[in-house]
Amino acid sequence: MTSEQAFSTFTAEGLVCVRGERVVFTRLDLSLASGEAMFLLGPNGSGKSSLLRVLAGLLKPAAGRLTWNHQALAEDREGHAARIHYVGHHDAIKPVLSVMENLRFWGRLHDPLAGDAAVKAALERFGLWHLRQVPGKLLSAGQKRRLNLARLLAAPASLWLLDEPSVALDKASVKTLEAVIAEHRANGGMVILSTHADVSLPGATELHLDRFTPTTPPEFWA
Amino acid sequence: MSRLSEIIRRDLRLALRQGSDSVMVVTFFVLTVVLFPFGLGPETNLLERTSAGVLWVTALLASMLSLDRLFLADYEDGSLELLALTPTALELLVIGKVVAHWLTTGLPLMVAAPVLAVLLHMHADGFGTLLLTMLLGTPTLSLIGAMGAALVLGARRGGVLLSLLVLPLYVPVLILGVGAIDAAVQGLPADGLLLMLGGFLLGALPLAPWAAAAALRQALE
Repeated sequence: MTSEQAFSTFTAEGLVCVRGERVVFTRLDLSLASGEAMFLLGPNGSGKSSLLRVLAGLLKPAAGRLTWNHQALAEDREGHAARIHYVGHHDAIKPVLSVMENLRFWGRLHDPLAGDAAVKAALERFGLWHLRQVPGKLLSAGQKRRLNLARLLAAPASLWLLDEPSVALDKASVKTLEAVIAEHRANGGMVILSTHADVSLPGATELHLDRFTPTTPPEFWA
Repeated sequence: MSRLSEIIRRDLRLALRQGSDSVMVVTFFVLTVVLFPFGLGPETNLLERTSAGVLWVTALLASMLSLDRLFLADYEDGSLELLALTPTALELLVIGKVVAHWLTTGLPLMVAAPVLAVLLHMHADGFGTLLLTMLLGTPTLSLIGAMGAALVLGARRGGVLLSLLVLPLYVPVLILGVGAIDAAVQGLPADGLLLMLGGFLLGALPLAPWAAAAALRQALE
């Protein structure tokens, strides 16, 4: 989206994620460069959501490090937040605010300079412009999801972390999402997404999370 | 800074459209204070002597009522995750939410207090100080409350836990607030107590958002 996006790389080295007392994945490496996309695959509970939260900076990994252009991210949480969009399971839509107000808030919060033009374009892209005055509580599940995805376009960010973005979307909306992701990649953006449904991204790499599940139970498990 | 005003505006807009919290807090405040003359009897002396204490204790309880909603709605609908991923200090956003909380609960309490003071026959000399203590004290309540609300996020029966955590921390505000009003009514200087109340606010202003933000990050893990 931004014109000054130079070539960047995003890497994770030796990530270990522990939830409760369970080791979800260990020694996970990944690397992504501008224009690339990556699918996270694996059965339920293999840590797709946890990995996305670690990559977003919401969850601290038990070990390992994240780098952006070879600079460690641990020291620059806010800088990382400015570079990413995270779409999780919740749609973060306020029932009493209109579609426009919901999106405008997130757009301005991410980038105070983002104008209403970007918000309008984002709503039009996801087919929500005619619903802009409708309060969030009247939206269907699919419309809420589209509104959540519209955040991707309302303010620019290089790395999109999408946790099952196609849930509740109809076929046409999945096509829109694929097109939006393709444009983002053409502009030098990166995408990491987990999905169970069919989202097709040409040239996307795959990361099978079940390969990083610890084989021997940890000793403290007893 | 514009992000701060953005979140204050959003929370005010949400409070205005939902309307319930502000109205509930003020209604609780008014109704509870009105009960005291019934319970204590119409004796003017007694009411006058207890007025400062009654007003402040009730204000504490009233401001606690809305606390558990402070972060809970954002936590449940996923907004809190996105707020934590905003390219700015989470502490700043907490301050924004506290400001909005004060404007919708502390400020109405402050406006209602003098009216209720008339009902309790508070001495005329106490009114100015009552307003000043409310002005300095209620923001402190919102700040401390935000810290408690962030800590109990995700806990079952959070409301009960919240009052256990927050009420002891409210005690200094209560003592200083009531003390200042009593001093003013008796014609003694209240400046020292008011300054301490102000000092409490200044102390809570950086510390409470810092602690609340740390607790929120923990809740999101």
